[in-house]
Amino acid sequence: MKTKNLILFTLISSFFLIFIVSIWKILATLQGLNITNFNLQIIFIFGVLISFANLRIGNKIKVFYKSIIFSLIFVICDGYIIQKLPLWYNIGIFLILYFFVNKINKYSFENLREQHSTQVIFFDFLTLFGILFFSFVILFPFYMMLITSFKTQIALLVNPLDFSINFGQDLKSLFKSYFVIFESYNFGRYILTSTIVSVGTVIITLIFAIPAAYAIARLNFFGKTFMSTSILIIYMFPAIVLVIPLYTIFSQLGLRNSIEGLLIVYTATTLPVAIYMLQGYFKSIPKELEEAAILDKLSWFGIITKIIIPLSIPAISSVALYVFMIAWNEFLFSLMFLDNPNSFTLSRAIQYLSGDAETPRQYLMAGSVIVTLPVLFIFVYFEKYLVSGLTAGSVKG
Amino acid sequence: MKDTLANTEKKTAYILTLPAVALVFAIILFPIFANVWISFKEVKLKDIRIPEPRAKKIIKYISEDPSKIKILYKLRNSSLLQEIREVSFQDKFPKNFEIEKLDPRCEFKKYALNCKFGNWPAKYKENFQVIFETNDGSKVDKKVLKSTKPKLDGTSDNILLNTNFTLKNFKKVLFDNEFVDLLLTTFYYTFFGTVGSIIFGILTAQMVNQKFYGRTFMRSVLLFPYVAPVVALAYTWELLLDPNSGTLNSLLINYQVIETPINLLGQKYIEINVLGFDFKLRLALTTVIMFEIWRYFPLAFLFILARLQAIPKELYEAADVDGASPFQKFFNITLPQITAVISILFMIRFIWNFNKFEDVFLLTGGASGTRTLPINVYQQGFSISDIGMGSAVSMVIVVLLLIFMFFYFKLLGKRVDEN
Repeated sequence: MKTKNLILFTLISSFFLIFIVSIWKILATLQGLNITNFNLQIIFIFGVLISFANLRIGNKIKVFYKSIIFSLIFVICDGYIIQKLPLWYNIGIFLILYFFVNKINKYSFENLREQHSTQVIFFDFLTLFGILFFSFVILFPFYMMLITSFKTQIALLVNPLDFSINFGQDLKSLFKSYFVIFESYNFGRYILTSTIVSVGTVIITLIFAIPAAYAIARLNFFGKTFMSTSILIIYMFPAIVLVIPLYTIFSQLGLRNSIEGLLIVYTATTLPVAIYMLQGYFKSIPKELEEAAILDKLSWFGIITKIIIPLSIPAISSVALYVFMIAWNEFLFSLMFLDNPNSFTLSRAIQYLSGDAETPRQYLMAGSVIVTLPVLFIFVYFEKYLVSGLTAGSVKG
Repeated sequence: MKDTLANTEKKTAYILTLPAVALVFAIILFPIFANVWISFKEVKLKDIRIPEPRAKKIIKYISEDPSKIKILYKLRNSSLLQEIREVSFQDKFPKNFEIEKLDPRCEFKKYALNCKFGNWPAKYKENFQVIFETNDGSKVDKKVLKSTKPKLDGTSDNILLNTNFTLKNFKKVLFDNEFVDLLLTTFYYTFFGTVGSIIFGILTAQMVNQKFYGRTFMRSVLLFPYVAPVVALAYTWELLLDPNSGTLNSLLINYQVIETPINLLGQKYIEINVLGFDFKLRLALTTVIMFEIWRYFPLAFLFILARLQAIPKELYEAADVDGASPFQKFFNITLPQITAVISILFMIRFIWNFNKFEDVFLLTGGASGTRTLPINVYQQGFSISDIGMGSAVSMVIVVLLLIFMFFYFKLLGKRVDEN
């Protein structure tokens, strides 16, 4: 039993070590280092040896010294003798090993004898593996987007693996792609259009949604239950079904290629979820406040503006941010309704740019960075509000 | 007294909800009915443009006399197919203008030229010419003349409003050789995308539900693919997977995993040998599904995490006392607690993935075996320019969707009953 646990522990930990070292090697390759082999066997043998030695030594030496000794041995053997790579790469390897030894330090022979110890070890390492794996898989495309926007066409073609940026060059050539898309491709205008459309959608949606949500939350009227259930059904209806009839109607009314047309469609498609989110919140506001207001002879307009809105600022902001994000990211309707470059939104403009095979990829990526940054910034900054919006508006695809 | 109060309440409620209801009706419900209507008609993209009478104004001096001017109106019917009836024309002129010869169809009154041109057949063209001179002999200013534009008006039949219906579109859609393949592709895309994103959602939620350094940061990062604009993400992936200069292929070649680059988005099938069995994998479709999972697992993550955090700690403590292993705890406590969320998520994601258009459109445009139903709507309607066919395909989507929704709300109703 003990040997089986011991073998499993060493195996799992060395696979984990292989995984983190491989990620580091990939990142190093992308900085222009010439690494053509992962040397998996060597790392595996080291992993097994270190895990085993760590168990044997236990707490006889202080963790700090133990980690440094193991890491140095690994760095000297793997990095300096076999691969002969620059110092910064080896410092990275050193830190990884330091982290690794610290992680496996909490296991000892006594631990391994406990019930279910292999499963506990497996879950522990799976969590660590997951954190690294998902961070890498998710952040890598974003990282690539950003780096590519700073490269030149030739550099991209000569070595697609070279992700290093030359910070020695002056700012103008570093940000060249951004200057070009603003000067020759008119991106300033698209940013303005996208902003007007998104902010406009937020404002109109709120103006329409707040009274409706208040009525559904508070007032008794015929058709109320029907209305509140149909909100969700309507929201589930996909945009692709609306595209052809709306295209035909808008063509005949001359609303295509106009910001007004987009505003109307975006508002209508975000209204159901906005009402749904708001009415849920309005219901949680104590009724006594309104009853007092009715005694003071406040009209419904007064109740909404003086009581409901001030009390539900958090809910309103999360609706606003959520709607902003939907409108900013929207692509299908802007593809259908806009074919005049003068009225493009950012998403549509990027798609239009990519339609031309001649367009250098770094311009496309610079455009992508511009369209992504505001959303990610808003998301990180207002995460608390947005997460509640995402959960409530989860039906949005 | 009470009755009137209830009445005012009702009235207020209707006033408050009316704008929202009207807008949703006009933009969402009405188009769905319009879609049914169009799907039974033979309408091409070029038919939906309303025929317009148009005039181009060209101004020329006659000989050396600066007080005389010739105006040429190039009149035409913008439609190549339809007639315009009772075309009327109006153009305004400065006060000192006098017309030299009046066309019998026109009259000149109050400094305005009004004409009735009658009916214009399709493709109609005419060069209509008028000569003016100033009554005080002063020089004619071209710019002033150019600044006013003629107004034309006319009535025409609208192909969308007549009552000629046909079943042709549906026959074409349903009896098309590729229809089964289309349904299968859509189903693979939807099903595997949904299942994959839920599995990844469970894994990540389980992961973030533990305490570790940088947990809040991790939670934000996990949501990045879901909140970032699809256009940016799709093109980044395209660049990443590009066979010629893509990072992924270059990396794999660099580490000698593969010898020649793989066109992950442009190759329909790839031969794979598993345990001695050769089988064909739909490569481009798999890649597109991967993108879909990558982009939408955050939603599953968010839902499942919220549910996990609501599971009472006592359950796990009791399991610890009984000496349950981590696997047992996961399968006997965690999983039963999250099945309800998972089933709801499955339905929601299934319905939405079924209608997903942007992702596939931006990555492959529906080529190399990735043509799903929504892509087909676009291709029929706008690439082949057959609006009627596009509508018919989207009707197929609506019908399938209604079936899914029926099950979804049945499930939802059951769940509400349970609580």
